[in-house]
Amino acid sequence: MNYLYEDLQSIHAKLVAGDLSATQLVTETLAEIEKKEPQVDAFLTIDEAGAQAAAAQVDAKPIATDNLLAGMPIGIKDNLLTDGVTTTAASKMLANFKPVFDATVVEKLKAKDAIMIGKNNLDEFAMGSSTETSAFKKTKNPWNLDKVPGGSSGGSAAAVAAGEVVASLGTDTGGSIRQPAAFNGIVGIKPTYGRVSRWGAIAFASSLDQVGVFSRTVADNATVLQAISGHDEKDSTSADIPVPDFRAALDGNIKGMKIAVAKEYMAEGVAPGVKAQIETAIDTLRSLGATVDEVSLPNSKYAVQIYYIIASSEASSNLSRFDGIRYGYRSPEAKTLEDVYVKSRSEGFGHEVKRRIMLGTFALSSGFYDAYFKKAGQVRTLVIRDFEKVFADYDLVVGPTTPTTAFDLGRKVTDPVTMYMNDILTIPANMAGLPAMSVPAGLVDGLPVGLQIIGKAFDEEAVYRVGYAFEQATGFSKNVPSFKGGKA
Amino acid sequence: MNFETTIGLEVHIELKTNSKMYSPSPVNYGAEPNTNTNVIDWGYPGTLPTLNKGAYTLGMMVATALHADIARDTHFDRKNYFYPDNPKAYQITQYEQPLGKDGYIEVQVDGHTKKIGIAELHVEEDAGKNTHGSDGYSYVDLNRQGTALIEIVSKPDMSTPEEAYAYLETLRQIVQFTGASDVKMEEGSMRVDTNISVRPIGAKQYGIKSELKNLNSFNHVRLGLAYEIKRQSQLLIAGETIRPETRRFDEKTGETFLMRVKTGADDYRYFPEPDLPPLHIGDDWLQTVQDNLPEMPAKRRARYVDQLGLPEYDAGVLTNTKEMSDFFEAAVADGAAPKQVSNWLMGEVNAYLNDQQIDLQETALTPAHLAQMINLIKDGVISSKIAKKVFQEIIQNDTDPKAWVEAKGMVQLSDPAKLTPIITGILDDNQQSIDDFKNGKDRAVGFLVGKIMKETRGQANPKVVNDLLMAELNKR
Repeated sequence: MNYLYEDLQSIHAKLVAGDLSATQLVTETLAEIEKKEPQVDAFLTIDEAGAQAAAAQVDAKPIATDNLLAGMPIGIKDNLLTDGVTTTAASKMLANFKPVFDATVVEKLKAKDAIMIGKNNLDEFAMGSSTETSAFKKTKNPWNLDKVPGGSSGGSAAAVAAGEVVASLGTDTGGSIRQPAAFNGIVGIKPTYGRVSRWGAIAFASSLDQVGVFSRTVADNATVLQAISGHDEKDSTSADIPVPDFRAALDGNIKGMKIAVAKEYMAEGVAPGVKAQIETAIDTLRSLGATVDEVSLPNSKYAVQIYYIIASSEASSNLSRFDGIRYGYRSPEAKTLEDVYVKSRSEGFGHEVKRRIMLGTFALSSGFYDAYFKKAGQVRTLVIRDFEKVFADYDLVVGPTTPTTAFDLGRKVTDPVTMYMNDILTIPANMAGLPAMSVPAGLVDGLPVGLQIIGKAFDEEAVYRVGYAFEQATGFSKNVPSFKGGKA
Repeated sequence: MNFETTIGLEVHIELKTNSKMYSPSPVNYGAEPNTNTNVIDWGYPGTLPTLNKGAYTLGMMVATALHADIARDTHFDRKNYFYPDNPKAYQITQYEQPLGKDGYIEVQVDGHTKKIGIAELHVEEDAGKNTHGSDGYSYVDLNRQGTALIEIVSKPDMSTPEEAYAYLETLRQIVQFTGASDVKMEEGSMRVDTNISVRPIGAKQYGIKSELKNLNSFNHVRLGLAYEIKRQSQLLIAGETIRPETRRFDEKTGETFLMRVKTGADDYRYFPEPDLPPLHIGDDWLQTVQDNLPEMPAKRRARYVDQLGLPEYDAGVLTNTKEMSDFFEAAVADGAAPKQVSNWLMGEVNAYLNDQQIDLQETALTPAHLAQMINLIKDGVISSKIAKKVFQEIIQNDTDPKAWVEAKGMVQLSDPAKLTPIITGILDDNQQSIDDFKNGKDRAVGFLVGKIMKETRGQANPKVVNDLLMAELNKR
């Protein structure tokens, strides 16, 4: 055990007391990363020099007692731009890409004196549910090194679970924060669409992407989300509304809260062990004074299908800028303009990315647009209405984050449809733009299960309130991974 | 066989904004390549567009001036295509719900008024510029990338090159009056694409159209269309089929040349731009646009004729540009007679502008100075001859005409108390001329006036001199 299995509050206390300096903390973190990376492979880039320089700056002045993030090493998913630090989106296309500015979320963390320690592995351009489509390395699940960490933010999740960092940022387009949070036994939130700026987040599907936070505790999660939230003039889809004090909601009191369980989320596709853990979790919520009823979200069953149309369509357009002209990979074989496009993109993108670009290009094509993209948009509206109906009577919807626990490395990457179905429970919240969090809900056969808590738009407070009460009542967040398996 | 022609025009107009349509980069013509760019214009990963509401407002002004219905709820769309001058590989435009629909322009052709429909207008961003160097490289300049444009699509309501010409002239004038654009073809702030087809009179369907490119002036549009009518008609007479073609106008020969044959429609995979929220035009916004819309040229022309008593011709020339028209109105407001102001603007001022190849606002002339000068003539303070000197001074320098003529001693001598002694003196010395006058020789008057003018070094007011001289002669 080291500092990094502690929470922000306790490390912060040591920094304030002078028992620990930011420089020591960074040194310790780098040592921990060096020790665990051979097993976990959660990072693509470690910014050792940058982190040490930032730590020295933090140490040069007193630590503000109300700034829990001062001096804290944070991992950043490698599809979030970091000024001067290679940002690849786990793609050969951007293998040597050094951005000229920080993503707004990175800038905001730096403004809080948090320390950007390195860039976390992901599925290429965040397209995947296992982090196996990364062009560079396969991240392993610290609970069992033969299992996937989930994805696409698998590196960010595994780094927190492995104790390499206290917190990290990820992005979530269809479950890319919540699913890996569940697989890694940690807390992961996808905030409301518009709560956090997307400026500097390499776009996958613009109408669904949202930056969010991984941490081991709900309180830490709320602290980091607080720092990165808020309106950004550079992102027209970021909401110009005040950000409440998320930590103020963490009082453990959920008496009288009205919670809904969608029967579709507890249906046959959910593994019995997972279902049992979630039923226990629901009993816990009841015992804490919440009322829990079963409701229906009938259109959720279409969510995966429409997700792959909408997300792929937007992606096919968003990824067109990677054309080998101004930055990124250009095929050395290219002789003509057509070559620059075709060869650079054929060689620079991996299979899954190409599959989705083709799918999206097709769905947007003249003659198919109405049947696919437009129809998917209409169904999306139905999914949104389902939630609106439920939220007229309830504060939250809960259920499992994933149908199963972490699956074996290599098992699904060759079978895209099975892989896609793993996101069936997380996609609806993206479709409706709602805040949703996964909190640890115990273990099944030594692997973590996540309880998903979905809230009303811009009501992250209710999500945190219930997540915190559940965490305090169960202590599941105190579980630490065993690093079993692997090649060893 | 007799044919009829169908012409439709697509006009791109650069909106006069300080920054780009979806990025804060500055806009100015002729900057060093790639200096007016930022990460958004580069299509950099992680960047997002933000709407320039000022540009949208200008678009709404144009739409209002063209009598179009403004969409109250709209959104932006992506038009996807790969090209090096298009860094995102999509253009943000309005496809499903354009800014405005169903407008019209009234044009005058051969003394008749014709209404030409506007199908729609939408805002979008311009592309960058590719140039091909002699060193084997191609170069991309993204300065223009993202510049705000409005595209105005006419209905296929024109049937002659002259109508197309009149449409463009009138459109240019209207847009210029809104202040939304400089509308300068030579700087590319107005660009014209034409669609033209020919069919036998009475045919139910339109003919196959060709599109003309590289039309750098309205005159080229007229010439290019005239050439196309001839070419397409000849093909039809010869029994050949017309292919859908994009053709290039060659200004040296006045002919059009094939660029490419269009094979099927391009698939731009339009879809709603997810990075920009839908746009609602509230009552206040629309009202502001309507309130701030300047008076349009047609209305001004009518007012000049009806209220200021100007000939139609003058009203037409004065309203050719808003600058000229505004200048005219300001000078009239400063107390000068409308017809006199018109004469000066159409005469000396236009001659000067043509000679110097500059715009009115680039001269030092102000409406107040012109009005003052015109009134100095009216009041007999200066002669028309002196006025030409005054004019050269006030158009080149910010000089007060009255103070200047006084300082230069150019003020006319009109005071009878001062002139009479001079006249009587000259008469006393020229009895022969008086005798000649009495004998009916009118030439004697001219001789005497000449003497008086010489004596006063040309400053005497000819009219006053004439009156006084006649009075004195009759006394003798």
